[in-house]
Amino acid sequence: MKKYIIQSIRLSLVLLVLLCIIYPISIAIAAKLSNGNGGGEKIYKNGKVVGYALLGQSFPQPQYFLGRPSAIGYNAAGSGGSNKGPSNPDYLAVISARIDTVLKYNPSLKRKDIPADLVTASGSGLDPDISEQAAIIQIKRIAAYRKIDERKIAELVVKYTDRPLLGILGPKRVNVLKLNLALDELK
Amino acid sequence: MNTEFIGIIATFFITVAIAIPLGKYLAKVFAGEKVWTDFLKPIETLIYKLSGINVKEQMDWKKHLKVLLLINSIWIIYGFFILLYQDKLPFNPDGNPGMPADLAFNTIISFVANCNLQHYSGETGVSYLTQQFVLMFLQFVSAATGIAAAIVLFKAFREKTATNLGNFWEFFVRSITRLLLPLSVVVALILTFNGTPASYEGKDQFISLQGDTINVSRGPAAQMIAIKHLGTNGGGYFGANSSHPFENPNYLTNMVEMIAQTIIPMAMVICFGYFIRRKKLGYTIFGVMTIGMLLLMIPTLHSELGGNPQLAKMGIAQHTGAMEGKEVRFGPAATAYWSTLTTVISTGSVNGMHDSTMPLTGLWQLLGMMVNGFYGGCGVGILNYFIYLIIAVFISGLMVGRTPEFLGHKVEAREVKIASIITLLSPFLILAGTAISTYVFTAHGDVAWSTEPKAWLNNPSFHGFSEMLYEVTSSNANNGSGFEGLSDNNAFWNVLTGIIIFLGRFLPIIGPVAIAGLLAKKKFIPESAGTLKTDTKTFALMTFAVIMVLNALSYFPALALGPIAEYFTMLK
Repeated sequence: MKKYIIQSIRLSLVLLVLLCIIYPISIAIAAKLSNGNGGGEKIYKNGKVVGYALLGQSFPQPQYFLGRPSAIGYNAAGSGGSNKGPSNPDYLAVISARIDTVLKYNPSLKRKDIPADLVTASGSGLDPDISEQAAIIQIKRIAAYRKIDERKIAELVVKYTDRPLLGILGPKRVNVLKLNLALDELK
Repeated sequence: MNTEFIGIIATFFITVAIAIPLGKYLAKVFAGEKVWTDFLKPIETLIYKLSGINVKEQMDWKKHLKVLLLINSIWIIYGFFILLYQDKLPFNPDGNPGMPADLAFNTIISFVANCNLQHYSGETGVSYLTQQFVLMFLQFVSAATGIAAAIVLFKAFREKTATNLGNFWEFFVRSITRLLLPLSVVVALILTFNGTPASYEGKDQFISLQGDTINVSRGPAAQMIAIKHLGTNGGGYFGANSSHPFENPNYLTNMVEMIAQTIIPMAMVICFGYFIRRKKLGYTIFGVMTIGMLLLMIPTLHSELGGNPQLAKMGIAQHTGAMEGKEVRFGPAATAYWSTLTTVISTGSVNGMHDSTMPLTGLWQLLGMMVNGFYGGCGVGILNYFIYLIIAVFISGLMVGRTPEFLGHKVEAREVKIASIITLLSPFLILAGTAISTYVFTAHGDVAWSTEPKAWLNNPSFHGFSEMLYEVTSSNANNGSGFEGLSDNNAFWNVLTGIIIFLGRFLPIIGPVAIAGLLAKKKFIPESAGTLKTDTKTFALMTFAVIMVLNALSYFPALALGPIAEYFTMLK
């Protein structure tokens, strides 16, 4: 018995060195070669960090593309979804109110034009993307607010729409932060 | 065909294409035959030397279990104290507090047991020291424990009659050096080059385009996310698990994480067949498991891709499916695929919030965890399935009026008794646990605890019941996913689920290993015309029927009160 206790403790110590020091530090060193040096890829504007490429931000103003609703207000110190069940009456009331808001800011839209991702909260609360459809339906509003030709904004949306992996795997998506930054550059 | 479908079909076939050769490789590794990774032998020899281990020492099944339980208890004690005092220990750049005793109890049991139910949130609840030296460490060693236990069982059926079943330390160390660690390096590198943080920097702060000051939690995440999937642990670095853009940056990493969590459980089944020199049996079991998994996955896809009927009534478009709690970069198809995998296998990581999935999706998730043997967790999946096999052998034996035999050994009263106890354990823990919690919720809702029981649930009515049922089921299955709306970080849930996880982990390891050990000692009976063949389609169907009947009888009433009732009320 005593023999096995000592073996267990010694083996655990050896494995702690291998698995908790050698392995993670080697990966951390290799990560220095990646975009963002293993600390997350940052996005700069005029030399200042304005965000992380992978983390969504809140864009409440009508001249920007609106991202998805977030249960945590895009506060990246934490993360999480609404965890509301599909039949919860309070939840359905919230969705209904969000649809009304979208319709108010985009009066030309019909309900069937609104894709679900624009009125439902993401799982992480930090979803950086919206669907292609969610971007397209906002073009008209943004063009009106910014007094820019709709076609120019539509071109931008096409440019910032990420294709599926290898062209065939997974959904299309649009990174909202990158699109909005490009929008500000547009003359 | 749409790209979301092609994505999941491709993922499935890549997974199988990796798992089958991996299974053959594992059979060779554990049989001590020549393999291309033998260049790692010096590292293993060094580990044995530093630990004072003689791998030539042969152990019988009792000694295997003794050593297994011993080293697991040492990890429980070690981790418990680090969790309690992490605020006073180094590597805590975000200044997170020490855990209260009940939370530390729950967390340590949960990680030792390969469950990874998390009642804390990674960003605010643990230090970097805890993340790496306790949680990630346990993700490696708990997976290796499961694999080593399965190999002990395999060993029992390799030779005709055997008392000595190899050396536990050797199986355990090889699981790490030949399987978990090398694959973790590969997966961690893929993740970090796609944007997952891997460095030791603390929180970052920046001013957003809108002028808000935003803090960003970071840290050495890629290393942990690799092993959390390969080891079917599921405990994420960040609170939102693999739906967090840092844990799972894009569709490629999503595929990699889905493949990573499936290959070892699949490979273990193939390994079983090759290791005991009955590869047809391995493929037969693999077939039953795959059919079972698909029978859960196809209706899941159907219910998620159809969208939320209540939102459809509001007139909006759900072209791709239900989106609440899901991420745009994965889409509903890949999220539904993941939700089935993570529940049939005991991973429990999520790339979308299960609490917000459709009622019938919740039903299939719960059923996947209740069966807990369609692939199942690292090593323990095949152990769970072994119990179903023994029950199926026994019932078939009764049906044809012969003494039941399994792989040339008579299955007698003692073995069947053990199998029955293990079979009854899951319904007992799940139903009793749910009963206790619903009782406290309804009869003592106002008790002055830190969280009043009546405030536990995030959703009313049947869905609220499902939240409690899910929590208990996930604990018993050592799954670790949750209907996260439940307020589970309080003494009641921490203690209840801690106990269930512990029993749900170790008894289903002890039972199958004991049965295998007892069978292996018995005289070998050569196959004759009257032998029940276990690698035929008929017997496969029999096992499948046993699984269906046992689980349907045990859980249908509880499921009817939760997801099924919610489904029918939503149709109105």
